[in-house]
Amino acid sequence: MAANIRLEVVTPEKYVVSEDAQIVVAPGTLGEFGVLSGHTPFLSTLKTGTIRYKDVNNVERCVFIGGGFAEALPDKVTVLAESAERRCDIDIERAKSALKRAQKRLEEARSKEDIEFARARAALERALERVKLAGSGSRGS
Amino acid sequence: MATLKDVKNKISGVKKTKQITKAMNMVAASRLRGAQGNMDAFRPYAAKFAEVLGSLAGKTGEEANPLLVPREDVKKIHVVLTTSDRGLCGGFNINLTDRAKRFLEEKTAEGDVDVSFTLFGKKGRDWARKKGLTIADEYLGVIGGTFDFSIAANSGRKLIDKFLDGEYDEVYIVYSEFVSAARQVPVMKQLLPIPPIEMAEDETEETDKPYLAEHIAEPSPAELLGELLPRSVFVQIYSALLETSTSEHAARMAAMNNATNACNDMLERLTLAYNKARQAAITAELMDIVGGAEALKG
Repeated sequence: MAANIRLEVVTPEKYVVSEDAQIVVAPGTLGEFGVLSGHTPFLSTLKTGTIRYKDVNNVERCVFIGGGFAEALPDKVTVLAESAERRCDIDIERAKSALKRAQKRLEEARSKEDIEFARARAALERALERVKLAGSGSRGS
Repeated sequence: MATLKDVKNKISGVKKTKQITKAMNMVAASRLRGAQGNMDAFRPYAAKFAEVLGSLAGKTGEEANPLLVPREDVKKIHVVLTTSDRGLCGGFNINLTDRAKRFLEEKTAEGDVDVSFTLFGKKGRDWARKKGLTIADEYLGVIGGTFDFSIAANSGRKLIDKFLDGEYDEVYIVYSEFVSAARQVPVMKQLLPIPPIEMAEDETEETDKPYLAEHIAEPSPAELLGELLPRSVFVQIYSALLETSTSEHAARMAAMNNATNACNDMLERLTLAYNKARQAAITAELMDIVGGAEALKG
């Protein structure tokens, strides 16, 4: 079996994940990519989405990230995200109400400036991803 | 001479003041712990960020991004001043506003420049208003409270937009660096144009391993840098906000500690005065009685 790779997910507020993984799959802006141990140094921006990884016990775990970037080294993947939560930590009620708010704002902003629109859209994407992820299963994180 | 009752009143007043300063000291101490925790939590992010940015900047040319290019003719300067919302923290806010004032004087002495301000904290805002300075933005209730990265990102986004539009030629931030619980130093730093990158890492976190082979970057290094540079400004702002918040609590803790000590000294003196006055009264009374008894004997 291949060696494990260290996954670290860091936000400005705290360490979200710091553990060994067998494989890490992250949502790059140019497409999803997987990282195994021994990966060549690699740097990519990430879009809002889900990082999936298999932990040492072969359990698949998911972490929501609200955009950021990732650095892969042979023995380590570091994800710097502006927001990140493990699946089990997502507050589903809050995410749902945020989703509603974002949808409403999007409707209102459609006519207004592009910036407003882009912001509302980003909020919608984040909320949607959280709801999707939280609903996708309840085992582990 | 103060009467017995006056002194007694004064003593009870000072005791009450002491209670308040002591309570404030303890509140500040616990907030300080919280703020320091936030700073510690941010450190890995900042360190990692600086590392990645440094390695990336090495690969792309200096002039690759408009945020890096210094303007030749600097006419419009913007200063982000961070202060606390509340007082009772010693010279904390004065130090910060003095730093800004000194900078203002330097710049206006050099030539004809417009200086505008973004203000975090009520004390700085009041100062700027009183001096009649141009205020672009103000954020109250941030410093010293709980805030997250988004406030830094939002304000940073505004600054960057205005910088790119040519509304500002240079942007600086004034904050209070938290050196230790006993020492906070007002610091001024350039935010925009972003100073040469290696300057950006004053976090002297040593990475255990020297940087490995070249990174593959996705998208291109220049584009990636375009993503990272604005974020590096946010990181700077956020860390400045954290430092100022932490410093505020530390400054208040020290100030309240001093105040409590001063109360103790005063109580000591007053108690002495009170005892003296009481003794004097008793002596006088005794003299009276003795004098009276002597007179009767006569």
